[in-house]
Amino acid sequence: MKFLRNKIDQLKKPFGKGEKWEKLAPAINALDTFLYVPNHTTKKGAHIRDAVDLKRTMITVVIALIPALIFGIYNTGYQYLHQLNGGDVAFMDAFMHGLWKVLPIIVVSYGVGLAIEFIFAIYRGHEVNEGFLVTGLLVPMIMPVDIPLWMVGLSVAFAVLIGKEAFGGTGMNILNPALVARAFAFFAYPTYMSGNKVWVSEASKVDAISGETILGSLAAGHDVHFSMFDMFSGAIPGSIGETSTLLILVGAAILILTGVGSWRIMFGAVIGGAVMGLLFNLWGANALMSFPWYEHLIVGGFAFGVVFMATDPVSAAQTTKGKWIYGILVGFFCIMIRVFNPAYPEGVMLGILLMNVFAPTIDHYVIEANIKRRKKRLAASKQLKTA
Amino acid sequence: MSKKEKKSPIVLFVSEEKEPLFSKKNRKLMSDPLGDDNPITVQVLGICSALAITVQLKPALVMSLAVLAVLACSNVIVSLLRNLIPSRIRIIVQLVIVASLVILVDQVLKAYAYDVSKQLSVFVGLIITNCILMGRLEAFALGNGPWKSFLDGIGNAAGYGLILIMVAFFRELLGSGKLFGYEVLGHKGVTLAESTGLYAMGYENNGFMLFPPMALVTVGIIIWVQRSKNRKLIEKE
Repeated sequence: MKFLRNKIDQLKKPFGKGEKWEKLAPAINALDTFLYVPNHTTKKGAHIRDAVDLKRTMITVVIALIPALIFGIYNTGYQYLHQLNGGDVAFMDAFMHGLWKVLPIIVVSYGVGLAIEFIFAIYRGHEVNEGFLVTGLLVPMIMPVDIPLWMVGLSVAFAVLIGKEAFGGTGMNILNPALVARAFAFFAYPTYMSGNKVWVSEASKVDAISGETILGSLAAGHDVHFSMFDMFSGAIPGSIGETSTLLILVGAAILILTGVGSWRIMFGAVIGGAVMGLLFNLWGANALMSFPWYEHLIVGGFAFGVVFMATDPVSAAQTTKGKWIYGILVGFFCIMIRVFNPAYPEGVMLGILLMNVFAPTIDHYVIEANIKRRKKRLAASKQLKTA
Repeated sequence: MSKKEKKSPIVLFVSEEKEPLFSKKNRKLMSDPLGDDNPITVQVLGICSALAITVQLKPALVMSLAVLAVLACSNVIVSLLRNLIPSRIRIIVQLVIVASLVILVDQVLKAYAYDVSKQLSVFVGLIITNCILMGRLEAFALGNGPWKSFLDGIGNAAGYGLILIMVAFFRELLGSGKLFGYEVLGHKGVTLAESTGLYAMGYENNGFMLFPPMALVTVGIIIWVQRSKNRKLIEKE
């Protein structure tokens, strides 16, 4: 370890104060703090410091994402080979095909995003923020497999520039940057982001492959031929990382146990989604409405969005009561947009973005209510004293 | 103190009489709205029409010209009448003047540029409610001479038109790959083989640019660039 420390210090020398590359210091500092906990001390404000800084938090989320990502890579290959040849598919064959498809998207996403982050850090003279570690991995996981790489790059650039840096960088954004990237791609290039030809790799080129998602076929009025176990384990077409509810739950467990993700938001959203699904079940006017409520929760991006997107600490509600309200409304709107608007068979993205916008309002009213309650208590106790 | 008070009205009067037509001050009236005092990016007025009619360059250009004509004329008329208008009913008088001019412009467009007039639809009529017009009439024409008001009207309408055309340029180019209706990026066929230019390389039009939110984002980027170039525009907290 000592050796590594010395090596880094040696590397950092030309970036020090007054040295040749002082301006580029944030770049090398980012590498340093990636490996070591930074040793600066707090200068003002609260002096309590935890060993868990932003970078450690973000790495935890990345670790929580890994199971779903690995399955997503496998599923990419599985869907392709299974539909092409039928029967069982060897794990490594599927995984290699998936990796061949998914890895370039991840590389582009990180490359473009980090480049913009570094430029802004150097230009504005602050350290590179770690927020993009997660965003850069989330973006590929919520894209369809066959999306052209330049669209991924453009979406990421838009999300980082307009979604984040325009508001002042990490921690200041109103909307979740990964969802901004997806929303941009969705509205800019709808033919690459929706329909029944994009969700399985090469579905647009090979006729034998149908790339329809479950929600897509429901919206079109077709029958669904996947068992509930398929939906839960994730062997269904969909965005790269969103299909496996099982492995997303593993990620959710990691997030909840480490305290990084809010369980209140996750449970709130599941309750909200279940209630909304149940209401639609009772109504039952079309195929999407009579789709069982418990299956609504395990298909599409619901699980992924609720666990990894809605719990984003920056764009979600901050107060304890606010988190419940926020979570329940996220679930509510996800299912509602899904069912009511067949043009957007996947309502999770829009549902979460909508609630991102309302999160500060929710917090405001929760705090106001608290102040009012305490004022009342104060008045009551004063009355008691004077009486 | 007393000396100054006595002299100042005379000095003002003289300077107004002798001021050349395009003095430095008068030129500033026209150039300021193009840059540091832009009605859209700095005063943030007239945003609604900037979002609505910037999908293509042609309507944006026609709209800018319409606003230019209305603003310049109404500024002059209000300025001429400024000592006759009772201040309690000045808003309604201004509205009548602007409305008559807008009807004129609308009729001219219908007669000579029917297609564009149809594209602009209600937005020509809505020039009446354009905040830039009322803003300039209230803030400038009511207190200044006709020549200055004319220049101010031209300047502000040009500042408005400049942003409109910039936004429309990006929206038409990126949203539908055209400029003034010409396919500058190549032709997009049904398949890749039938396409030419950039489309043959797999380029796609950005459908998001056709939606109003992207007009807002484009205006936002222009404001961002302008403010980082000119730091004195940034508000102090």
